[in-house]
Amino acid sequence: MTLRKYLVLAGVTVFGAAGDAMLSRGMKAVGNIAPHHVSELILAILNPWVAIGVLLLLAFFASYMTALSWADLTYVLPATSLGYVVLALVAKFMLHEDVTPARWLGILMISAGVGLVAGGPSKTEPERRDRPADMAECVAETAGRGVEG
Amino acid sequence: MKHAYTWAAIWAIIAASTAGDVLLARAMKQVGDVGELRRRRGLLVVIANTIRNPNFILGVAAMAVAFYSLLFGLSWGDVSLIAPASASLTFVANAFAAKLFLHERVDRRRWMAALLVAGGVCLMAL
Repeated sequence: MTLRKYLVLAGVTVFGAAGDAMLSRGMKAVGNIAPHHVSELILAILNPWVAIGVLLLLAFFASYMTALSWADLTYVLPATSLGYVVLALVAKFMLHEDVTPARWLGILMISAGVGLVAGGPSKTEPERRDRPADMAECVAETAGRGVEG
Repeated sequence: MKHAYTWAAIWAIIAASTAGDVLLARAMKQVGDVGELRRRRGLLVVIANTIRNPNFILGVAAMAVAFYSLLFGLSWGDVSLIAPASASLTFVANAFAAKLFLHERVDRRRWMAALLVAGGVCLMAL
């Protein structure tokens, strides 16, 4: 893991959290959408907060895809949850909101989970495949070798 | 109905985003290390290789379903329920899916992490 890779993971965390926060604010302004008016969801993009949220989520998506190109899904996913920790810390120290003891415990658990995964390898070799689902591939491979031979 | 719509949206988000995550992860493994590929062949090749990958296209479609389920859910329920509930259950579903479909080595350390993160995300909603 290089500094550049850690920066990509930080992008996943920050852009994801900021994007969700903007979307939430925007959808509160748009109001309830009934299932038979589901097309109104497309117009929701015209709300400026939703639009900013979508742009931030595009940045999140680019960082996320980059991270997935060199790390396991089960390595990258916990990084996305650190966003909740960032939002709670912003709420506490910048917006001076109260953070309940349950939330502090949540922060501790998420951080511990992320720490556990970060302490291990970012990419693992695929497990030995001996499931029946993969039998078709094995048969195909064997048949291919038979033809070559 | 508010309650039923909110939970229907949460389950739709979990199913669609788990499918999307697995498909996108598979697509990006097929494309290869983006940083290395960009240095060797340029950004345009990276973008072209990515958007032509069938798993990427299916993954984006699944993510779009998850996104619109989220917007639908947010129009009915509180973000403090929908975001953590869908996110925490998606972590656990993804750990299963990564092991089953991507053959990742989800060892005890990663299972513990998935459960800790899922529990932590739930607590953040309280």
